[in-house]
Order: sequence, then C-alpha cells, then structure tokens
Amino acid sequence: MTQIQRLKRLRRSMLFLSAQRPALIKDAYIFKPDSLLLDLEDAVAENQKDAARFSLYHALKTVDYRGVERVVRINGLDTPHWQEDIRVAVAGGADMIRISKCETADDVRTVVRHIEMAEEEFKSEPGYTLVMAALESPLGVLNAYEICIACPERMVGVAISGGDFRKSMQTKYYPGGLEMLGGRATMLLAARAAGVQCFDTVFTNLDDIEGFRAEVEQNKQMGFDGKSLISPRQIAIVHEVFAPTEKEIAEAEKIVRVWRENSAKGIGVFSVDGKMIDIAFIPGAERVIMMAKASGLYKGDL
Amino acid sequence: MKLIQTALAGTLESSDAQVTVENAENGIEISIESNVINQYGRQIKETVLETLDRLGVENARVKVVDKGALDCTLRARVECAVFRACGVDKDYPWGGAIR
Repeated sequence: MTQIQRLKRLRRSMLFLSAQRPALIKDAYIFKPDSLLLDLEDAVAENQKDAARFSLYHALKTVDYRGVERVVRINGLDTPHWQEDIRVAVAGGADMIRISKCETADDVRTVVRHIEMAEEEFKSEPGYTLVMAALESPLGVLNAYEICIACPERMVGVAISGGDFRKSMQTKYYPGGLEMLGGRATMLLAARAAGVQCFDTVFTNLDDIEGFRAEVEQNKQMGFDGKSLISPRQIAIVHEVFAPTEKEIAEAEKIVRVWRENSAKGIGVFSVDGKMIDIAFIPGAERVIMMAKASGLYKGDL
Repeated sequence: MKLIQTALAGTLESSDAQVTVENAENGIEISIESNVINQYGRQIKETVLETLDRLGVENARVKVVDKGALDCTLRARVECAVFRACGVDKDYPWGGAIR
C-alpha cells in the first residue's frame, strides 16, 4: 500500500481492546473489524500501564492480524505515560497512533515529534506511523480544522469521544443524539474541509441493539467514515448499515464505466440515466464500489 | 540486571500467566504451576530462562502460575515483573533486550 492508500483505507469499524488482556488481543482479528484500537489509556488501570506495554509489544511483534489495521491509543499528553506509549507503539510497528484528548494542533505536532524520534531510535521507516486525533472536549472540537491539517503526511482523521464531550457540555446520552449534533457536525465539517476521515464515538449500552443501529444509521446519514466500537458484536451491524444498496452499486458502477469511456474520448460532462455526471461524481462512485467490495457485494472488475 | 525488590506481573485470567520474581543468591530457581505442566512445563521453563538471560538476570527466584498463556504473553509477564523488580519504569529497551 502507498502512503495515500494507507491514509485513505476503509475504516468503518474500529474495535477497542485493552492492550493488557492477552485473551483479547491475540485473536481479535477473527471478528474482522477494519481496525483494532489497542488501548493503553482508559481500559488499562493506572498501575498496569507498564504491563500493558509489554503485552502490546509482543502482540504487535508476534500476532498475525491478517491485514487488520493496528492502532494504538496512547495516554493523554497530561499524563506521565504518553512518551513511553509512543516508543512502544513505534518499536512494535503499529500502523497508527490515536492521540487521546487532543485539543490543539500543537498536541498533534508534539506527538509527531516524538514519533519521529522513536522512528529514528528503532530504525523504523520514517513516516510509517500514522496518527489520528480523538476530540473529547469543546475546545478540541472547535480546533478540529487546525488539528486535521497539523500533519498532512500522517493525519488519518479525527474521532469524537462522546463520554467526555457530553460531560463537558453538561448533558448526557439521549436517543436521537441532539446533544451531540453540534460536536459531530462541527468535526465533520472540519474533517471534510481538510480532506481527512471522521469517526463517531462509541455506543456503550450493549443491550440496546436498536438504539445502536439507529445511531449507526445516523452516522451514515451525516457522512461519517466509521465508528469506534467496544464489542465485536457491534461490527456486523456497522458493516451492514454502511454497505451500499444494490441500486447504489449498479449506479456507481455505471458512472465509473461511462466516465472512463468518455474521458478517454475527451468528454468531461455527460448523462447517465438522465442525470448529469461530471468528474465531481467520480470519488463518490468509487467510494461506493470500494465499500461494496469490502462488504462482499461487488465482484466486478472495477 | 539486579533485582532489588519482589515484583509480580500478570493475572490469573484465562490465557494469562502470573509471574513473581525476587532476588536470589545462587542462580535461577523456577517453580511452575500449570494445568498443562506435562505438555508444556519444559517449554514454559525454557521461555522464562531465555527471557531472563536476554534481560541479563543472573540470580532470581521465579514463580509462574500459568493459565494457558501463549509464549509471547509469558515473555511479556516475565519482562514486566523483572523491570518492576529492578525499579525501572521508562526507556525500556524495546527491540533490544525486549524481543
């Protein structure tokens, strides 16, 4: 994969796992999430941070995750842990580092500087370790655009963290998500303006399947790339909801094919089934094909 | 590395191992508790010895309570216990003595 392909890869489902629980991290890839979030932060007790790093290091080095992306969530920059977290993630060859409680572009630059130092120390490929930022406060959300453009070579995107965000907004979870609307929308606008990906928060009530599905449907409607998840059981629902319909796939395929034929002939604007199509439609159509392939719904040759 | 205090790492959960290390005078002493001791006892012992050797620990009393840990988990627990016993909590030698 090129760096651009790595930055833009499909990330519908990002499954959180405590890095210190061996039973979880050794075979989590069998649930086929797009990415695994190996957590050194909240899922690990304060006095077990060191233990989590050792087990993370060996898991990264020895477990074959079969192409599932391995993201390490490091502790916040206000803790004594994040520098060692970066060292172990880079030394282990993690694909990406998720920055907790990111509030400013400077936070991103600080982390990136330490990643560069670690890549040099451990002789890793310079630039290999990607980053994403979790926005957990109103300040983080308001600075989302600056955060998104702080390091274009490494920045995958931003995720909102509902628990802390709702608390600082003096509210709590409500079905329908009105309390999160401003945060989600602001972050989405910033991410799209910067051309990076955007991920929604976890849904914590595992018994409320309908509530979860409704939230995922809303995520899709709002334009999110994917969602952070806390249980393997949530993966299938996200993939199902994010999968394009048969009609969407057929239409996308036609658009891409006709566009390729026409652009070879030097024609930029044309119509497909009575709709005007130009180059602006192509990324969307290609994205539908990519999603369809990932969902096992498209076996064509595009 | 010289152990300056007794330290423990790991849990008794399935797929894990709990490792206790303390300083000793005459080389390495290992005791192992495991439901699969007949099949894997030797392998567990070898992994522990190899890990201690890499860390440069020459004298230690080690107790392993194995709950079906993979090799890589066992190694992680031994390393964690040793660094705790040596009072080291940062700038670990990832990719060096820890492999």
